[in-house]
Amino acid sequence: MRLSGRQISCIRGGRGVFSGLDFEASSGEVLAVVGPNGSGKTSLLRLLAGLLAPAGGSIELEGGEAELTLPEQAHYLGHRDALKPALSVRENLSFWRDFLGGKAGDVSESLSAVGLGHAIHLPAAFLSAGQRRRLSIARLLVVRRSVWLLDEPTSALDTAGQDLFVGVMREHLAGGGIIVAATHTPLGIEARELRMGGGK
Amino acid sequence: MTLIDLANPSKFLTLTARVLPWLAGATAILLLIGLYQAAMAPDDYQQGATVKIMFVHVPNAWLAMFVWGVMSMAALGTLVWRHPLADVAAKAAAPIGAAFTFLALVTGSLWGRPMWGTYWEWDARLTSVLILFLMYLGLMALWRAVEDPSRAARAAAVLTLVGALNLPIIKFSVDWWNTLHQPASVLRMGGPSLDKAFLIPLLVMAVGFSLLFVTLHIAAMRNEILRRRVRSLQMMQASQQAA
Amino acid sequence: MTALAALIRRDIKIALRVGGGALIGVLFFLTVTVLMPFAIGPDLPLLARLGPAILWLGALLASLLTLDRLFTADHEDGSLDLIAMGQTPLELACAAKALAHWLAAGVPLIVATPALGLLLNLDASATSAVALTLLVGTPALTFTGMIGAALAVTLHRGGLLLAVLVLPLSIPVLIFGVAASQAAISGPLSFGTPFSILCALSLVSLVVGPFAAAASLRHGLD
Repeated sequence: MRLSGRQISCIRGGRGVFSGLDFEASSGEVLAVVGPNGSGKTSLLRLLAGLLAPAGGSIELEGGEAELTLPEQAHYLGHRDALKPALSVRENLSFWRDFLGGKAGDVSESLSAVGLGHAIHLPAAFLSAGQRRRLSIARLLVVRRSVWLLDEPTSALDTAGQDLFVGVMREHLAGGGIIVAATHTPLGIEARELRMGGGK
Repeated sequence: MTLIDLANPSKFLTLTARVLPWLAGATAILLLIGLYQAAMAPDDYQQGATVKIMFVHVPNAWLAMFVWGVMSMAALGTLVWRHPLADVAAKAAAPIGAAFTFLALVTGSLWGRPMWGTYWEWDARLTSVLILFLMYLGLMALWRAVEDPSRAARAAAVLTLVGALNLPIIKFSVDWWNTLHQPASVLRMGGPSLDKAFLIPLLVMAVGFSLLFVTLHIAAMRNEILRRRVRSLQMMQASQQAA
Repeated sequence: MTALAALIRRDIKIALRVGGGALIGVLFFLTVTVLMPFAIGPDLPLLARLGPAILWLGALLASLLTLDRLFTADHEDGSLDLIAMGQTPLELACAAKALAHWLAAGVPLIVATPALGLLLNLDASATSAVALTLLVGTPALTFTGMIGAALAVTLHRGGLLLAVLVLPLSIPVLIFGVAASQAAISGPLSFGTPFSILCALSLVSLVVGPFAAAASLRHGLD
């Protein structure tokens, strides 16, 4: 499987964020998107997730499932955790499993894998920022999707959480997955670098 | 055992656990006696048997107002002394007060049906009670809207006190509005000239219903205390790291 | 289908739990209706004549005010991004959300109507006529209001702006809803004509609402 972009440009609010961007990543590879604030890291991820329309260029995923679009084969982990405080941890994750569909795994197992096994029945309102991020990561585990689009995935995590997340990412890569991650801090995993905002 | 002991939630739980069965028993006995006496009371020469609705209606209407008074005292406790039990008391009282108010409305309109020919008349008293009912519901909605009880407490206390100050004004306005539109009142009920045959069962029922309120209130307060303990235990559990 | 069912279940659960707005809508409906006689006067024949109009206005405002958060809540916590990325078409997801909102916030209004009809001196046949027209008409209110709720995401504003945008759109529903209720009570029109038009309006909004809302949301996601 290979994810590639050719001459992508992005315009937001009448301002050109970036243009002429080329990148590619194959199965088992991490593409780390780095660059200063405002260089368009988040915009690139949202373009890939289909949440923004590119002003020009093309994005392709070769070797994926033919009848699905890239966003339908991708997980997007944004700044916001997409959790409802009124629902329990289990209800939150079960909803995303049922809604996203596809190859779905077991909710309890995924929660244990991110260290939330003790909190399954608690309302998500009681979780700390780091725990909320862990719950979002459980979403990546419970539904299998081959491309992960991660925006500052480790920002709220403690060191134990970061180690855990590195393990989760390694497993995904070993299964032939692709990761595109926007980050300021090293991910703790070997990655191909895509530098944004370089002079343009 | 002093009053101070009651102010401690744990002591409150142990003490009330002992008192509650006796209260419930006394309530049941008084209500049974009151209902029996009410059933035995003679029919009114004008209203016939419908007058017996009064024995349920009047205590409910009385409690509808009394409970708001209890909640106002509790609201003062929340605002002035910031006592945790005060908010528990106010929160537990609101649904019970709303239920009494609702019963007063229902029995009032059932009573009104043979008198007025409709279930509802925009009579000054009924209308004031209806507004009281709306205020109870609003207060309950306020507690429901905020997940964290300590944050809801002060807002609810302020609203309760404002409501207590406003109730006489509302009552006065409704009276004025009502007389403006219909000079002759359809029905004048109650008053001090009540016959003894009615008065005694009515008093028994009033005391019985008041005890019912105390019983339900204490039980509801216990539930609320336990609910808050469950909540804080859950928060502690959430903050634990996975083993 | 499991995706849509899951979305409907989730939205209803959230609406009914602590912090949810479903029951506040009913309380609002009740309060607005009780307020009317204070302005009009406790004249029972007059209230009976105005009753259907009062109930319809109350239901319109109540269903509109609870719509405010239909999409903004999901937008603020990032859920909307994931819903848009799913294999479920956004139009269907919007329709599911609106349906869930109608079940949690619209149906209680209809259930409360008989009690309010009693306050307004409506007899049993008039109350059932109003309840029936509300049952048929409130989906139209929800599904047109949904367009405004989606615009609120795009514009990053809700509340009063939503009301100003959506209220004119709901005028036809109001006209035929009240007309059908009045026809059932006093004539002279037959009940069938305005009622069929009301049904037609609901069906049209069921189709147009989700498409317009989804189109608006797609632009609002950045």
